[in-house]
Amino acid sequence: MKETILLISLTLFALTIMVAFFRVLRGPSMPDRVVGLDMIGVNLLSMIAIISIVLKTKAFLEVILILGILSFIGTIAFSKYLERGTIVERKSDH
Amino acid sequence: MKINDVILRTVTKIVVFIILTLSVYLFFSGHYSPGGGFIGGLVLASAIVLMYLTSDIETVHKGMPFDFKLVAALGVLIATGTGFASVIFGKDFMTQAAMKLNLPIFGETELASVVLFEAGVAMTVIGVVVTIILSISEDE
Repeated sequence: MKETILLISLTLFALTIMVAFFRVLRGPSMPDRVVGLDMIGVNLLSMIAIISIVLKTKAFLEVILILGILSFIGTIAFSKYLERGTIVERKSDH
Repeated sequence: MKINDVILRTVTKIVVFIILTLSVYLFFSGHYSPGGGFIGGLVLASAIVLMYLTSDIETVHKGMPFDFKLVAALGVLIATGTGFASVIFGKDFMTQAAMKLNLPIFGETELASVVLFEAGVAMTVIGVVVTIILSISEDE
């Protein structure tokens, strides 16, 4: 029973990643692609959590944390580039 | 143009410490479980990159006045230097030693000389990653 639920949710997460990947490929504007990439990151993270429940292991917990951190930083870098045109500024204006 | 980024600054002040803690954990867990100097250095470099993203280069350099190219060079020196330390004692290059010690608070602790080598690797990774990201993402 529990295994079935976990496998169904894994399939649905994979489907969500496919839909978000379509948005990354075909996004009309750049912010759509950024949001799609962030959504792929979050869903990948949830998939890893469910896989570590299915396999009954604790080996992937660091992977979850690092993937979350990298996805966070990547989304911030993309949105700052879209908003201001630069990623790292030499001197702030405020 | 002034941009309102209060939320980003406030979140970053807390999240940077979480990332630094994770990097220290990864660095010390590297002997028997996933982790080690390379991935610890990468996570610490990502914390530094997050600080560069939220504020600017001058502010971060005021708090952390390192030349990251020097950090990378010093890391390579430490990593190879610990390799040559075993040559001095007559063993092969990069031979590592480990001993068990009974410390007062921590109980039985294993001390390994590979920690120094890993520290060198971590410093190299931090210096190289921060230098690469700063030089490809600077404006002008």
